[in-house]
Amino acid sequence: MPVEELRILTRHLGQPQVTERSGYEAVGGYQSLRKALAMGPEAITAEVKASGLRGRGGAAFPTATKWGFLPKGVFPRYLCVNADESEPGCFKDRVLLEALPHQLVEGTLIAAFALQASHAFIYIRGEYRAQRELLDRCVAEAYAAGYAGRDILGSGWDCELIVHGGAGAYICGEETALLDSLEGLRGQPRLKPPFPAVRGLYGQPTVVNNVETLSNLPYILEHGGAAYAAHGTEASPGTRLFCVSGHVERPGTYEVPMGRTSFRDLLELAGGVWGGRQLKAMQPGGGSMPVLGPEHLDVPLDFKAVADAGSSLGAGALVVMDESTCLVEVSMRLVDFYHHESCGKCVPCREGTYFESQLMHRLEAGLASADELRTLADICEHMDGRCFCPLGDTATWFVMSAYRMFRDEFEAHCGAGQCPVRAQAGRAA
Amino acid sequence: MPETASAPAPVALSPATLERIRAARDRYPSSRSAALPALWAAQDQLGHVPPEAMVAVAAELGIGPAEVEAVATFYAMYFRRPPGRHFVQVCRNVSCALRGADAVLRHLEAELGVADGGTSADGLVTLESTMECLGACGGAPALQVDRYTVENCSPERCAALVERLRHPDAASDGWEAGH
Ligand SMILES: Cc1cc2nc3c(=O)[nH]c(=O)nc-3n(C[C@H](O)[C@H](O)[C@H](O)COP(=O)(O)O)c2cc1C
Repeated sequence: MPVEELRILTRHLGQPQVTERSGYEAVGGYQSLRKALAMGPEAITAEVKASGLRGRGGAAFPTATKWGFLPKGVFPRYLCVNADESEPGCFKDRVLLEALPHQLVEGTLIAAFALQASHAFIYIRGEYRAQRELLDRCVAEAYAAGYAGRDILGSGWDCELIVHGGAGAYICGEETALLDSLEGLRGQPRLKPPFPAVRGLYGQPTVVNNVETLSNLPYILEHGGAAYAAHGTEASPGTRLFCVSGHVERPGTYEVPMGRTSFRDLLELAGGVWGGRQLKAMQPGGGSMPVLGPEHLDVPLDFKAVADAGSSLGAGALVVMDESTCLVEVSMRLVDFYHHESCGKCVPCREGTYFESQLMHRLEAGLASADELRTLADICEHMDGRCFCPLGDTATWFVMSAYRMFRDEFEAHCGAGQCPVRAQAGRAA
Repeated sequence: MPETASAPAPVALSPATLERIRAARDRYPSSRSAALPALWAAQDQLGHVPPEAMVAVAAELGIGPAEVEAVATFYAMYFRRPPGRHFVQVCRNVSCALRGADAVLRHLEAELGVADGGTSADGLVTLESTMECLGACGGAPALQVDRYTVENCSPERCAALVERLRHPDAASDGWEAGH
């Protein structure tokens, strides 16, 4: 049987005028918000707990548990929606922002009500300027309909909804850097603990949730948490929007049930490796995550199974690499990215990514010695676990995992005077 | 004394921009939170954020000019010098690199007569390829021109884009259609 998508989160994708309030209402939009207001905060949180929903921003933290960390009776509280999406290989939040913006606005308001937040901020990356303007319009429509602002739908609850545009900094996706950025500072991470739930925005209790996480709430309230959970497995409930890119026939986002679907299924949905070529490697989770090989194709998209295989579902990406790919070159691109995006706050990341990048360029060009390759591995070992935030740690994960899996390929670059993989494929540098 | 701490130069911001900044400032629980929106407003008007604009923003938000400068220089998307009339960003991160981003960049460099990171002599385009992943991996190789994403950038598509930028009034052959 051919693999099929299961559209829960994206059930309204492509329906007429669904990016406008009237179109979204026509397919039942904002009914879940009405229901939520009638249920009250505790019942909403209980439903989210029953759904088993775990954060889609990368760390997969159980959403209801995170909400439960807010200290009782401390106000004001804030909700921040993380729309900073900039993990290499991830573009699912873009789809949700472009195609289903009102679903996000509704999900945001439901969460804000459950948390009794006075303000909800949607922090959207600067590059998504067109999406920000669309969101601005949707938020204005929500205010006009009484879904946001004062005395929302006559419930007596007030909540301001503010779209906040970033300005080009990957680190601002890290939740505490996001908070600093939102406070009008340079976006650099804060020391944890205290966690944002206790001391977040302006020192007040704050929840940071990803776009996809919150976009699931209207469905969960409409159909119940149990119904949502049942789409996946007990350990990995619900569905997830995966981003498949790289050497496949049909790159794009595909929504599938968790746990019951494998990497092979996902690859099949995307039309398989392009040109009938062989799979060499794949990177799940996004640019930060370790590499997997063809031997992992049958691993289910389950949090634990992927962790056991040595990687992570991260932010829901899958970058596919065919037989012609040079893993040293891919590592170099990723290392360059982390070097460029290092915020400069801590030495291991700031200096480590610099040296990593220098050495990766020499290695890819075939100029590095075997000693330099060892130095590269050494630097990575000293960075991992010693950086102030995960940016620096994860700047080593792909390159080190690729080095372990494709050791011969890395070593063949040493002193080769050129990239041996390119040379063999007859490709120009 | 640092340049930004000297007496404010003539205010460069228009009434409409100041209006935008004040509206943003008044929406946040803390006025300082309007730093990024204020810098965006300044850049939308001026095309970049010169020191005088930072001083004006600081005055509106009630913080020091150096604090605004610290913010403006941290974020990659604020220009400190005027860029070309169009800003073209070619994504060369993994998903785009796997599908030919380097060729796209070389093609645009040749077509526009400008090197990566530079501005064309006629001031039409600033070309850049050192930035974050554009989050358009599903349409790799992708680039962004001002606020539009252009996906599946074939050489023909690049040529059409350049043509369109040079002759904005000519009939479009739909380079935006990839988005
Ligand atoms: C360097 C770095 C970048 C991150 N970027 C993002 C991002 O772009 N979007 C996102 O939702 N989470 C990102 N995260 C994760 C957030 O810190 C946070 O865990 C998440 O937004 C929580 O939302 P969730 O519980 O709904 O997943 C990033 C983390 C790190 C360390």
